[in-house]
Amino acid sequence: MSDITVRFDEVTKAFGETVAVKEVSFAIEKGHLVTLLGPSGCGKTTTLRMIAGLELPTSGRVHIGERDVTNLPATDRDVAMVFQSYALFPHMTVLENVGYGLRVSGRPKSEVKERAEQALTLVGLANLGARLPSELSGGQQQRVAVARAVVLEPEVLLFDEPLSNLDAKLRRRVREEIRELQQRLGLTAVYVTHDQEEALAISDQIVVMNNAVIAQVGQPRELYEAPADRFVADFIGDANVVEVTITAIDGELAEVIIGNARRRLPHRGLAPGPAHLAIRPEGIVLAADPAEAAIGGRIKRASYLGSHVEYDIETPLGELFVTDPDVNHIHVVGQDISLDLGTHGVTLVRD
Amino acid sequence: MKKAGPLGLWLAIGWVGFVLIPWYAQSRGLLDPGWILAWDRQSTAPGLQQALLHGRLWLLPLVLPLLAPLVLLGRRQDTAAAANLLIACGALGTLYLLAQGFLIIHRGWGFAFLADWFGPLDVRQFGIGTGAALTLLAFLMLFAQGIAARGAVNGDRFVVGSITLIVALVAAFIFFPVARILTGALQAADGSFAPVVFVERFLDTRIWGLGCLAGGPRCGVAWNTLTLAIATGAGTTLLGLAFALVVTRTAFPAKRALRALTILPIITPPFVVSLAIILLFGRSGTVTQFFADLLGIDGGRWIYGFWGVWLAQVLSFTPIAFLVMIGVVEGVSPSLEEASQTLRASRWQTFTTVSLPLMRPGLANAFLLGFIESMADFGNPLVLGGNFQVLSTEIFFAIVGAQHDPGRAAMLAIVLLAFTLMAFWAQQQWLGKKQYTSVSGKGDAGMPTALPTPLKWTAYAITVPWAVFTAVMYSMILFGGFVEIWGRDHSFTLRHYQDAFGVTQGAFGLVWSGTAWNSFTTTLWIAFISAIPTAMIGLLTAWLLTRQQFGGKAAFEFGTMLSFAIPGTVIGVAYIIAFNVPPLEITGTGIILILAFVFRNMPVGVRAGIATLAQLDKSLDEASLTHRATTFQTVRLILMPLMKPAMLAALVYSFVSAMTAISAVIFLVSARYELATTYILNRVEAGNFGLAIAYSSVLIVVMLIVIGIFQFLIGERRLGRRGAAAPAPAGFAGAGR
Repeated sequence: MSDITVRFDEVTKAFGETVAVKEVSFAIEKGHLVTLLGPSGCGKTTTLRMIAGLELPTSGRVHIGERDVTNLPATDRDVAMVFQSYALFPHMTVLENVGYGLRVSGRPKSEVKERAEQALTLVGLANLGARLPSELSGGQQQRVAVARAVVLEPEVLLFDEPLSNLDAKLRRRVREEIRELQQRLGLTAVYVTHDQEEALAISDQIVVMNNAVIAQVGQPRELYEAPADRFVADFIGDANVVEVTITAIDGELAEVIIGNARRRLPHRGLAPGPAHLAIRPEGIVLAADPAEAAIGGRIKRASYLGSHVEYDIETPLGELFVTDPDVNHIHVVGQDISLDLGTHGVTLVRD
Repeated sequence: MKKAGPLGLWLAIGWVGFVLIPWYAQSRGLLDPGWILAWDRQSTAPGLQQALLHGRLWLLPLVLPLLAPLVLLGRRQDTAAAANLLIACGALGTLYLLAQGFLIIHRGWGFAFLADWFGPLDVRQFGIGTGAALTLLAFLMLFAQGIAARGAVNGDRFVVGSITLIVALVAAFIFFPVARILTGALQAADGSFAPVVFVERFLDTRIWGLGCLAGGPRCGVAWNTLTLAIATGAGTTLLGLAFALVVTRTAFPAKRALRALTILPIITPPFVVSLAIILLFGRSGTVTQFFADLLGIDGGRWIYGFWGVWLAQVLSFTPIAFLVMIGVVEGVSPSLEEASQTLRASRWQTFTTVSLPLMRPGLANAFLLGFIESMADFGNPLVLGGNFQVLSTEIFFAIVGAQHDPGRAAMLAIVLLAFTLMAFWAQQQWLGKKQYTSVSGKGDAGMPTALPTPLKWTAYAITVPWAVFTAVMYSMILFGGFVEIWGRDHSFTLRHYQDAFGVTQGAFGLVWSGTAWNSFTTTLWIAFISAIPTAMIGLLTAWLLTRQQFGGKAAFEFGTMLSFAIPGTVIGVAYIIAFNVPPLEITGTGIILILAFVFRNMPVGVRAGIATLAQLDKSLDEASLTHRATTFQTVRLILMPLMKPAMLAALVYSFVSAMTAISAVIFLVSARYELATTYILNRVEAGNFGLAIAYSSVLIVVMLIVIGIFQFLIGERRLGRRGAAAPAPAGFAGAGR
């Protein structure tokens, strides 16, 4: 039991009539970085704020470590949070910001200073302690916010979309820094984001949320390769979801009719009858020769993106989104084409 | 882990109040040390000693709710049992203390039927003093601690304590006095309960009569007041719109000068405009004499009456409408107007179909503000009204005049209060539901569209003469103090200033021989003392309103903003009716003036606070909380430093409005605590215009200096990116000074 740091039991949070989080349960292992992922309004930030103690649940229990903290306000919880806006106190220097949590906890001044300086060194800003937050760049402010949280050595470190105010390039670098720091210090962290790539890149475990409930919990690979349902398949990796028919179940495999093609795929608990198939954009192989076609189609849009080409293709199954690494042979709009399903990135999903 | 609560502190305060500090109010104040340990005297003994030594046995039960919570010291207070104990002790202590205060007063039983039941009472009591107040505070806070321990507002003791304190203060100093007006109107002259008298008073033809429509001499004051308010509201709104358009949508050269007009209502004592009008249009006024000489007729007293009051009010309140309309006109997003123009609309079409409709809620708001201001105005109708009476002046005469009829004053106050509350309510409705916020958080490029040419010239034609007129008026005030007798003897003199502010060399050093010194210094220090609690309570309230969620918040907000809508005359009448007898007997003291100022000006502090807090990202508070700071630490270390500009603004504006207040305090001043405004008004009524004008000029200059220093201090303040600039006191205007 002791390797669980945060546990939610049937937690619900309602704001008046609206239910933001509905009967959510999960457990976060010590030393893991867990991402709460989902579209805006799915309840991920509310969940994070309930771990922080900034919101108290309407029902259910929240545990941090061995303690039941359900009704404990933020002040009394052993957590620290990095905010989307960084929330650096504008009237305090960088060093004062980082030392703030220690100071209000009544630590002696010398210790506050020493540990704040250590934390600043940790994030590579050792020489900027005397500046005001407004004199730092966005990336530097972000690191100060991280240092301010880390210095408290909290049981759980919380991140609320910490990278959304940075430009794309910086975002990539900072997320790697955060991951590296978290692993080096062995911290337990909960990270909220709506960016699936970010989530896949840094998480030990991802909790996908949709409409106030958990859609799926799993390791990044698990989510990508075996999405639980249509929503997860679509949200992570932009899968095409098409209607198919399962004709028979044979051991682990199901006989599936896709348009006029047939395939044998893991049945994943589905019974014969109509079903849904998630096809990754890179799970479709294009061929110019229509003769050996499994599925016929016509190019509707083609976008050259340097490393690959993106196509929208009109097919009897509906419009499919396809990425093709072959940039030397670009198919033009209006061209007839045949599509075949690859060996990876094709999976049956629940509705 | 949980940080220790302040229970011990509150209990200590309660015990100190109960056994060390005089229970009843001290006529000489607590600064005179004669009360220390003087338990043998009835007047100075603390509560416990009153009960044990002086036969006031009814105070003895208060020991229990002070003793019981002692068992909780050093233990967990967040258990259900502890919470219930605290709630019970706090509630019972509070209720019992209040009940005994109302039931047993200075003449024995507070209610006649009690004497019938229990027989006459030999021992009486006086108004409560510091000791009782501290004990009461302790009970309230015990109650709050208990509520917090039960888990209210996330168990936040500081928030629950603050809410409890503010609710108690608002109840005691706004709701209680206003409620006493209602009971006052139900009492006959001898003090007995008489609902028939209430109906009689309400239906009085002097209030509702329509005689003037049928050719009779006059209408009821209620109709006078309404007509005047509508006329003033319409006038100020039109002028305000014209000024706002000129300043924001034209290339008018003297924009800065026009903008400076907005500061005038803040620094102008309430009847100064009337004085200037008298200097111009009065019997011996400049304009009157000019035309009288030209046409060979007698000037007459035509300015005294409806039109004089109207003119004075429009002059006084146009800057307020201007301030509101600037915000509204600037709020119309330029890109909407540009969109309209790219869709082939002409400038005139753009103005009438896009800009003006977007301003409509602002116009309604400005009108209602002018309406409320006019209703509540006291100084102008008093000086210029002549035979034209309005509610606020009628209230005044019902209290201080020969008729001395507090019941009638209460009735009139109810009518006036009903009018202003309806207008206030309507204004809130407009603001709440019809606001088209056309300014988004996103950067909004684009230039405001210039006005259509005919409209531009119309706006110029209205604003320029009016601005010149205003400038003339204020220069008359400044110069008028330097002539012997305005209109008759224009020779230069310093006599008025010497009379008011003379300093002579006496046998024992300097003598402040001027007649105004007493009221001037009293005004300064009372305004200064009252500014501090005003700012603190106002900002605390703003913080609760913007940052905390709790049950009954809407009612809380309404209660705290209510005093904005209560005319000063009503507050004044309410205070003398409510606070003339125990348990709170403070009429004639400086305290009642301070309280009146604090609760009249509190909404100003609230608004300044709300404006500033809106600029401070809520995640700053949350960051502090998640980094282990308590709510109190967050307020002290994060919000207070960041709200310094707002605090200064609230301080300065409450100081300045306390200096210019008249309507409430005219009922509350005493010989010992006379204020500048009431002194000036007395001079005006005695016909001593020169001194009144000189004194007014001094007040204006003093307030200009104060505001100037303040602007200078704020201007120096830079907080970088998230800089919290001083909020413009938008809509800064209470109902009547």
